[in-house]
Amino acid sequence: MKLIGLGDDKLAMTVLSVLAAVTFIIPICNLMLPADSALHFSAYTVSLLGKYLTFALLGLSLDLVWGYCGILALGHGAFFALGGYAMGMYLMRQIGTRGVYGDPLLPDFMVFLNWKELPWYWLGFDQFWFAMLMVVLVPGVLAFVFGWLAFRSRVTGVYLSIITQALTYALLLAFFRNEMGFGGNNGLTDFKELLGFNIQSEAVRAVLLMLSGMALISAYLLCRWIVSTKLGRVITAIRDQESRVRFLGYRVEMFKLWIFVFAAMLAGIAGALYVPQVGIINPSEFSPLNSLEIVIWVAMGGRGTLYGAIIGAVLVNYSKTVLTGLMPEIWLFSLGAVFVGVTILLPDGIVGLLKRRLQELQS
Amino acid sequence: MNAYAENVFGEYDTRVRGIMISASELDVRHGPILYLEDVSVSFDGFKALNDLSLYIDAGELRCLIGPNGAGKTTLMDVITGKTRPDTGSVFFGQTIDLLKMDEPSIAQAGICRKFQKPSVFDALTVFENLELALKTDRRTWSTLFHRLNGEQRDRIEQIIETIGLGTCHQLRAGALSHGQKQWLEIGMLLMQEPKVMLVDEPIAGMTHQEIERTAELLLSLQGHHSIVVVEHDMEFVRSIASKVTVLHEGSVLTEGTMDEVQNDPRVIQVYLGG
Repeated sequence: MKLIGLGDDKLAMTVLSVLAAVTFIIPICNLMLPADSALHFSAYTVSLLGKYLTFALLGLSLDLVWGYCGILALGHGAFFALGGYAMGMYLMRQIGTRGVYGDPLLPDFMVFLNWKELPWYWLGFDQFWFAMLMVVLVPGVLAFVFGWLAFRSRVTGVYLSIITQALTYALLLAFFRNEMGFGGNNGLTDFKELLGFNIQSEAVRAVLLMLSGMALISAYLLCRWIVSTKLGRVITAIRDQESRVRFLGYRVEMFKLWIFVFAAMLAGIAGALYVPQVGIINPSEFSPLNSLEIVIWVAMGGRGTLYGAIIGAVLVNYSKTVLTGLMPEIWLFSLGAVFVGVTILLPDGIVGLLKRRLQELQS
Repeated sequence: MNAYAENVFGEYDTRVRGIMISASELDVRHGPILYLEDVSVSFDGFKALNDLSLYIDAGELRCLIGPNGAGKTTLMDVITGKTRPDTGSVFFGQTIDLLKMDEPSIAQAGICRKFQKPSVFDALTVFENLELALKTDRRTWSTLFHRLNGEQRDRIEQIIETIGLGTCHQLRAGALSHGQKQWLEIGMLLMQEPKVMLVDEPIAGMTHQEIERTAELLLSLQGHHSIVVVEHDMEFVRSIASKVTVLHEGSVLTEGTMDEVQNDPRVIQVYLGG
């Protein structure tokens, strides 16, 4: 396993510079320049880029648990979706009387279901700070409980992967139910305002893109710092020889739990940034397929490099946008083909390929 | 109370007591640092250890020999908490019951192990491998914020010199030769400042010179640490051990000096096949 090698710094700096450019230049162009300027990006492009950046953040968080700690979590999308729902609940409560039924307190779907009062778990979500707390707390607590049970019982490898799939599938089924009070099948949508600003406006979209980029850059730097600490070396050691780490006196389960909870919180933040940019959150975000896709982004970009996850997430999702636009029926096949191809031909992903090129150029 | 609840609470109770005892001082006033009494382990009916009793004195260098399947590695597994015996007791000093502790607590209490197959972390450098083994607070948050101080850095450098890897600081452990990995793992043992070192086949894959240096190193550690060495190479065993224990079919066959043991007719029969 190559963690830091020749070319790593260069590639990471390139990725960061491109990120910084997207994060700051595009939104500023859109806010400052008139709509007919050549440098003015369409609202569609802006929210598409914003969406990619939140996916990149999600991929980054998975790379921390999979690439560095070796936990192949196939239910990571669940934490993303939970963060998204927390944000969605806040946005729903912002609608107020502007809903179809005009109820000042209850979201439309609750009025439709003939509910008379707001369920207790919706309380507090009218406060932005509370909703933001829940964005990290709910995924964090779920990851803590799940990880505590799984890691203490020393469930590893394929068994762990399967139960993480079961976790996200169980949540999918639960959120589909109308009785759960999260809008069932339709989820939460028809948002109007975020902190009092019109969520459809170009300015808000530009700011959301900027926030997504800033979140991604700070998360990247934080993750980079974590893997450079002694804790980072312990989790790498766990990935390679779990039992040996235990005989050195480290409580492996606590380290796994720590990194798993941290990654779940990052995924929650990604979900919260994703929802206002796409305007909807529904149970399909819990689909096991979504979680598998995240693994493909990371594998394709190059696991265990952090910036590889960002490259992979953006590239795969860009091809998804293009392909599903041109020939929607072949998307899943090409995704499968890409995954097989990467596994066989590029075990270190795109980053591995780029690094080899850089080394060839230097020698 | 039904049987299930009794079982659960019984186990909880002993666990709690185990942790409290482990926090207490190691007591070696009576001589031995490790007490194994009537220990039996069976895997699917095969008795890997059969009523084995063994005492290791504080500061002693003891060699364990025995044919394949005699239970040498299982014995180390029992002491380090990897395998739970079916019956018997295992004490560290007089007061610390190892059967009530898991692997990390046993390691933190000061019983450290080198594995038969060299187990170093290939992705990390030599320096980083030793840094992980360094005796420090093992909790997550303190590990996250841990910074090496000058003294600890010196200690790592000193161990790197001791194990003869002075030119390989920043080399990945995966790039080392088999013998060097063995040395690195011995270095990791030393970093943990153990009271008891369990060393499983330390010289496999080493050159003749390396073997000599290993013998010197182990002899120099004698007295500061209690060391248990499992080894097949009789010449090596002769060069280091004052006392040898022969295991056969999961129990102690005999104990004594190398000469006594080699002239014991039972040992000859076991090794040459009767």
